[in-house]
Amino acid sequence: MTADWQNLTIGELHPLMRKKEISPVELTREILERIAALDGKLHCYVTVDQQGALAQAREAEKRWADGQATPLTGIPLAIKDLIATRGLRTTCASRSLENYLPPYDATVMEKLRQAGAVILGKVNMDEFAMGSSTENSAFGATLNPWRPDRIPGGSSGGSAAAVAADLCLASLGSDTGGSIRQPASHCGVVGLKPTYGRVSRFGLVAYASSLDQIGPLGKDVTDCALLLEIIAGYDPKDSTSAPVPVPDYVPALKEDIRGLKIAVPREYFLPGMQPEVEQAVRAALATYTALGADLVEVSLPHTEYAVAVYYLIATAEASSNLARYDGVKYGYRNPEATELMDMYYTTRAQGLGAEVRRRIMLGTYALSAGYYEAYYQKASQVRTLIRRDFEEVFRTCQVVATPVAPTTAFRLGEKTDDPLTMYLSDIFTISANLAGIPGISLPCGLDSLGLPIGLQLLARPFDEATLLRAAYAFEQATDFHRLKPTGLKGI
Amino acid sequence: MALTPETVRQVAQLARLRLREDEVELFTRQLNDILDYVKKLNELDTSGVPPMAHVLEVHNVFREDQVHDSLPVDEALANAPVQQRQAFVVPKII
Repeated sequence: MTADWQNLTIGELHPLMRKKEISPVELTREILERIAALDGKLHCYVTVDQQGALAQAREAEKRWADGQATPLTGIPLAIKDLIATRGLRTTCASRSLENYLPPYDATVMEKLRQAGAVILGKVNMDEFAMGSSTENSAFGATLNPWRPDRIPGGSSGGSAAAVAADLCLASLGSDTGGSIRQPASHCGVVGLKPTYGRVSRFGLVAYASSLDQIGPLGKDVTDCALLLEIIAGYDPKDSTSAPVPVPDYVPALKEDIRGLKIAVPREYFLPGMQPEVEQAVRAALATYTALGADLVEVSLPHTEYAVAVYYLIATAEASSNLARYDGVKYGYRNPEATELMDMYYTTRAQGLGAEVRRRIMLGTYALSAGYYEAYYQKASQVRTLIRRDFEEVFRTCQVVATPVAPTTAFRLGEKTDDPLTMYLSDIFTISANLAGIPGISLPCGLDSLGLPIGLQLLARPFDEATLLRAAYAFEQATDFHRLKPTGLKGI
Repeated sequence: MALTPETVRQVAQLARLRLREDEVELFTRQLNDILDYVKKLNELDTSGVPPMAHVLEVHNVFREDQVHDSLPVDEALANAPVQQRQAFVVPKII
């Protein structure tokens, strides 16, 4: 076939499906073939559901024929492997869930299926979303399609790399401290973390429940807007999902941004960051000025405390959430244990990887008697201060613009021995989760090695419409999102 | 407030994790690095600042008690490592 689908977005494929120039079944088959050819090396997928995907594609073809198609009907997607998919293995990239078959679909999966999307399979991640490089997967790292000696970012590294390498049209990831935005930046794709409460977490395997949020990764802003429109909304099964109306995001993209006030926080330009990252982000800011937006230099004074707050709050919540992996109702159990306590200790020691155990330990310690006030409570108070910083800035500005990460993708193995250095790579993304606000990562350039650089935009709670509009305006003025990874030739 | 290997062992016990001796040593070092780093929070005076446990104003959600379909027993048990007669089986407790 089949036109030039690798250079097309969901928004561009849809009209071709309408004209029957592209068939969902042929498209799905071609992507499955591409996965078979490339993914042995790249390792984006943990599980490919070939039969399921082709069955869904045939179903989608019928819907097209019956005139029942939605903007997602027949579109092949990849799903981060911590979103429950009924009957399709959901591992969280952990030995402890290696053979887990969810008996139900996450709410976002129900919505995608109702829309007629084709689910290609489940993509790789850091175990239980704990990591910034996808190296913490129990099933092996994912490579960055731009340079196979580099990490794709994490924890949604499989989601980002699969989009970049055209092993799906778009994907879902989850973002607890930057886990959608940072890999999107490192792989040169667009990644959106919605407002906390915008998307139902029902069926999202919990890491840190007050921070986790599901969101889309795609080739452009329009595709992310389209996916958000479908997955967003209140869900009675998640009482932390917000009863806030979901606007039509796609039609609102094109409104112009003249007069939009964009805050530029000085704390996000650090002396130690890669100079090319700063240059690319400053150039992006100049593009916004040319488009008629007003840049306002601001301060978010508690930015430097965000990483410390995050690694206390997230690990505290994780230590409680991951207590369930005890080998009783599902998941791995040490078959040799003959006594209950021994079964707990050894099952968890064998089923959970080093980083997951490290975070459970830190969280358990931070919550334990005598330390609670000094750590967890203190962090929760500073979280309030971080939230107030943003409230102050959003009084006058609608959008905040920053880099996504202080460097481009680092080398595989570069930070695995030093957890603290790894944690600091999340320095620019974590605050949005602590404050609960939406954020997006957009391609805004390449460094001298040809590695993608990301621009981060943040907006007021539940104002994804403005966030997407600002992102779309930049994308219209530039071609960075059209660049294709150069690292696939050697694979 | 340096974390000792003894404390690491106690925390591992609370978290139901068995650590090897080399892991006790590694975690002691790594967790101390992280705790040293988070000490920077003490630079801030937070007296009078309310702690934030959650982003949204969350309230309990109540509804009428209604009968719904629930997960069939065999599906609920399907992922169990060991099951017998419609029950989860664990090693002997006493």
